[in-house]
Amino acid sequence: MSPAAGKTEPYHKTRYKGGGGMWSWILHRGTGLMVLGFLFLHILDTSLIGFGKHHYDSFVNIYKTAWFRPLEVLLIGAVIYHSMNGLRVILVDFWDRGVRYERQLSVAVNVVSLVMFVPSAFIMLKPIF
Amino acid sequence: MATVQDVYERHFPSGISPSSWEVWSWFFMRISGLLLVFLVLGHLAIMHVFGGGVERVNFDFVAARWHGIFWRSYDWLLLALALLHGASGTRTVIHDYVHRDGWRVLAKATLYVATFVFLSVGTLVIVTFDPATLAH
Repeated sequence: MSPAAGKTEPYHKTRYKGGGGMWSWILHRGTGLMVLGFLFLHILDTSLIGFGKHHYDSFVNIYKTAWFRPLEVLLIGAVIYHSMNGLRVILVDFWDRGVRYERQLSVAVNVVSLVMFVPSAFIMLKPIF
Repeated sequence: MATVQDVYERHFPSGISPSSWEVWSWFFMRISGLLLVFLVLGHLAIMHVFGGGVERVNFDFVAARWHGIFWRSYDWLLLALALLHGASGTRTVIHDYVHRDGWRVLAKATLYVATFVFLSVGTLVIVTFDPATLAH
């Protein structure tokens, strides 16, 4: 079933072999759904402001507890990764040489994400210790 | 200059010509994604990381922030783009995993109704918020 030389298999028949791109894809999906899930919650909590100061402040206080902080850090990490990996997807789609540098771009996504995430996480977690 | 259709087909050479709806939702994901990178990272930096983060967020903070039109517009644009971008992504996920016609229609209908309801609620809150009548 190997493809003939110089011929490309149809898209739906290519055998998938996983690899680094698979992990980016899984993480992109997972982080995207997670952020959307929080967005629904966030629209509901913000809408409490329309019911007055008391309702809004008492709910937002839950977000300020030490228990919630790790989840907030996880959310920030998800948004950062999804943003940086999304830029890679755009580059691969629109930049002529995007495909050729795909591996380097993936490394850049991971490095830039960590550079943004680690100091942010430190700043956010510091007050609860 | 390659058209949007050309770029799409180069990456998804299925042999089947995609509908223009499919091409434009693919393009929308890239455009909204690019704008969201700036909007959402700005939002996170201001509301979650610097200046005390979520600790100082309360009714009075939001009232001061939404006093002018700028942050209301910023927040509404972020709300609308993030929700539509997320809904469009979820639509792709549904297409990938829900193969039975009936279930797929139900899942997509639920997604579209939820998106519409949440966009309406969010818009209503941002547009109608008036601290003078609510500060109690």
